[in-house]
Amino acid sequence: MNNFLISFFAIWILGWWLNSILSRRESSTLIKFFVPTIFGIVFLIMWELLVLALSINPILLPPPSAIGVKFITEIPTLWIDFTQTLIKGALSGYLLGCGSAFIVAILIDRFDFLKRGLLPLGNFVSALPIVGMAPIFVMWFGFDWESKCAVVVAMVFFPMLVNTVQGLSLIDHSRQDLMHTYSASYLQTLLKLRLPSALPFIFNGLKICSTLALIGAIVAEFFGSPIKGMGFRISSEVGRFALDMVWAEILVAAMAGCLFYGLIVIIERQLTFWHPSQQK
Amino acid sequence: MISVQSVDLTFETNDGPVQALKDVSLDVKQGDFVSFIGPSGCGKTTLLRAIAALENPTSGKLSVNGRTPDEARRSREYGYVFQAAGLYPWRTVAGNIKLPLEIMGYLKAEKEERVKKVIELVELTGFERKFPWQLSGGMQQRASIARALAFDANILLMDEPFGALDEIVRDRLNGELLNLWKQTKKTICFVTHSIPEAVFLSTKIVVMSPRPGRITDVIESPLPENRTLEIRDSKEFIKIAQRVREGLKAGHTDEIL
Amino acid sequence: MKFFNMLRKLFSNGNIIPIVTVLAAIGVFWYSVAIPMNSERVARKFKDLTASEHVLKAWNLEKPKLPTPHQIITEMVETVFFKKITSKRSLVYHGWITLEATLAGFILGTILGIALALGIVHNRAMNLSVMPWVIASQTIPILAIAPMIIVVMNSVGITGLLPKAIISMYLSFFPVVVGMVKGLRSPDQIQIDQMKTWSATPRQLLWKLRFPSSVPYLFASLKVGIAASLVGAIVGELPSGAIAGLGARMLAGTYYGQTIMIWSALFSAAFLAASLVIIINIIQNITLRKMAIIR
Repeated sequence: MNNFLISFFAIWILGWWLNSILSRRESSTLIKFFVPTIFGIVFLIMWELLVLALSINPILLPPPSAIGVKFITEIPTLWIDFTQTLIKGALSGYLLGCGSAFIVAILIDRFDFLKRGLLPLGNFVSALPIVGMAPIFVMWFGFDWESKCAVVVAMVFFPMLVNTVQGLSLIDHSRQDLMHTYSASYLQTLLKLRLPSALPFIFNGLKICSTLALIGAIVAEFFGSPIKGMGFRISSEVGRFALDMVWAEILVAAMAGCLFYGLIVIIERQLTFWHPSQQK
Repeated sequence: MISVQSVDLTFETNDGPVQALKDVSLDVKQGDFVSFIGPSGCGKTTLLRAIAALENPTSGKLSVNGRTPDEARRSREYGYVFQAAGLYPWRTVAGNIKLPLEIMGYLKAEKEERVKKVIELVELTGFERKFPWQLSGGMQQRASIARALAFDANILLMDEPFGALDEIVRDRLNGELLNLWKQTKKTICFVTHSIPEAVFLSTKIVVMSPRPGRITDVIESPLPENRTLEIRDSKEFIKIAQRVREGLKAGHTDEIL
Repeated sequence: MKFFNMLRKLFSNGNIIPIVTVLAAIGVFWYSVAIPMNSERVARKFKDLTASEHVLKAWNLEKPKLPTPHQIITEMVETVFFKKITSKRSLVYHGWITLEATLAGFILGTILGIALALGIVHNRAMNLSVMPWVIASQTIPILAIAPMIIVVMNSVGITGLLPKAIISMYLSFFPVVVGMVKGLRSPDQIQIDQMKTWSATPRQLLWKLRFPSSVPYLFASLKVGIAASLVGAIVGELPSGAIAGLGARMLAGTYYGQTIMIWSALFSAAFLAASLVIIINIIQNITLRKMAIIR
């Protein structure tokens, strides 16, 4: 048994033991942070050791060290890809898609007929593999980021619409009656009661859509892209078996995903501080 | 002030039509404190909501301040207090009280003044910046009442506002409500489940019974206007309470309990 | 008899008229938009057309910019009913390839997901160490890994169904874990205390309280999971040079400019997704009815 394999099992047992001890203590915020972090670090060390222990071809499965090195040396390229895919494609599509869904939801809300017709369809469409429309959008909007933006809009529109409409309809009856006794106008009721009340649902939609936007922009590039972009880079580097670069791109995607989501959560906490889900 | 003439109200439900009110007639004078008491389903809340134009009678005539209930609603002539305080959790106590004032277009300085006045009235000074979920049930209801008093409506409609509170808090709030009524001289319509509460607070007690919802008795209270909680042990109080109980039982005779 | 009752329920649903109206409006919109969108290609191919001829051509081009619904449906009918099921031109053949991978991945993902959820709910260390990563992974665009997994597995000799199933498994795994954990933890403290007063063993607590409570949550996750599985299977077909499956057909359509082929593959994928979700929904309703959670 080579040394690496021994270290592999040793680290695994050590990590597990450490986490078990920490878990048995009272859950402070510090522990809640350290336990998953230790898990993550142990995982990375085990990955590194496993590649060395079993002499895995680093072309097939690069060790974390190689990925780290590649990441740092290729930051310029990664940055270009990041801007192309996530800023130009995903972010624009996200803002356009969620924004228009929000407006349409408010329009629908006035007309019960439209609501009853569109809501079941919206739920239906949300389950469809919309990312498959990528080739069609490439045909209509060209290879560049505009087609990717269109894919993202198509992917986030319906989930956001469904969530917003739901939030606007689930309003407490007595709160609505109260507005009625004040003889409040539609606009007053919308701004002072229904929109604030719908915020938890709206943020739920925004969170779901953030992941969809990222996935949509990257996967859409698998179907065709100019010579830049994360999806392009992934599929071309996979073809060249430069998997460490692929992992570096995925690392960028992971960081972007977490950051974006985290940002939404922070804003959510500020605006929906009053909701039971935000209070211990 | 409020005139109810032969009002019928039938709801269409999935299980067929339900007659919530049958041939209900009543007159409420200015400055009255009227309690509606009866078991579940007797129509007391429905009647209150009809006065507030939150429900429409199927037949009969309702007038509030000489107008239809809906016209009265649009001229903002009454304040409504719900059973659940129904405060908006994203607004502070002061923000909640300001809500009707914002909708009705009061000027900023006037809004501040009214909020201050009404918070003092319900004894919530110091809690203006707190959020509803930081307050106890009793305090939330006081805020809800303050909200209904903030604008100039001479009618107050209250639907079991103290139903969710414990008895000690309830007694205290009853006393406070009576003081408020004496100070502001509003006309109050009050729905309740509790006999002592109805007898203690009212100048007129309306006893109702269910299926179909109707009035079985209207009692003009002989108790003096200046009352304290001790009056609940007096002989007159007990006699009135007994009469209420008789009225409730009478409505129950055609039921299987 | 049951089928007839289902049909009756579908049509007595009060929403049927608004839905049909909206669908009809979409149809009208589609045909209208197809005219200007295809005009350029019509003009390139045909000369001296009257207005109505122009419109008809726009609706029936061989390689349109926007195919019309009847074109797409005709193509689908042709490739489903009028080709041998084993031929590479049959939509059934391609649909089945994608469906295989979807179902295989979905079943694996669900089993693993439930297993991990059980671990997380019963073991504090696992809860604190793994759960945050599961939640974090939902914010990561995992689908981006798909090409890599396919290529790596192909190079060690694992080809065909398995790599795609692994991708699908990965995608359906996370919703199931999150949903199951939520469901297993959903009973009130009151109900758990009640069990304790009866000296229930942990196993009994699991089977008699936690599992039944988690069923609604499980089904909600299964619906999300199977849709994700399908997307995974489709994307997994792209890297291996696009030979078989609905995703491959979409890509092939892009290469050869066969727009109707792209749309028919897309419609088929949509049909597949809808059917799978509806099937799970039906199973859900039957189960929940048997459990008297709905009536």
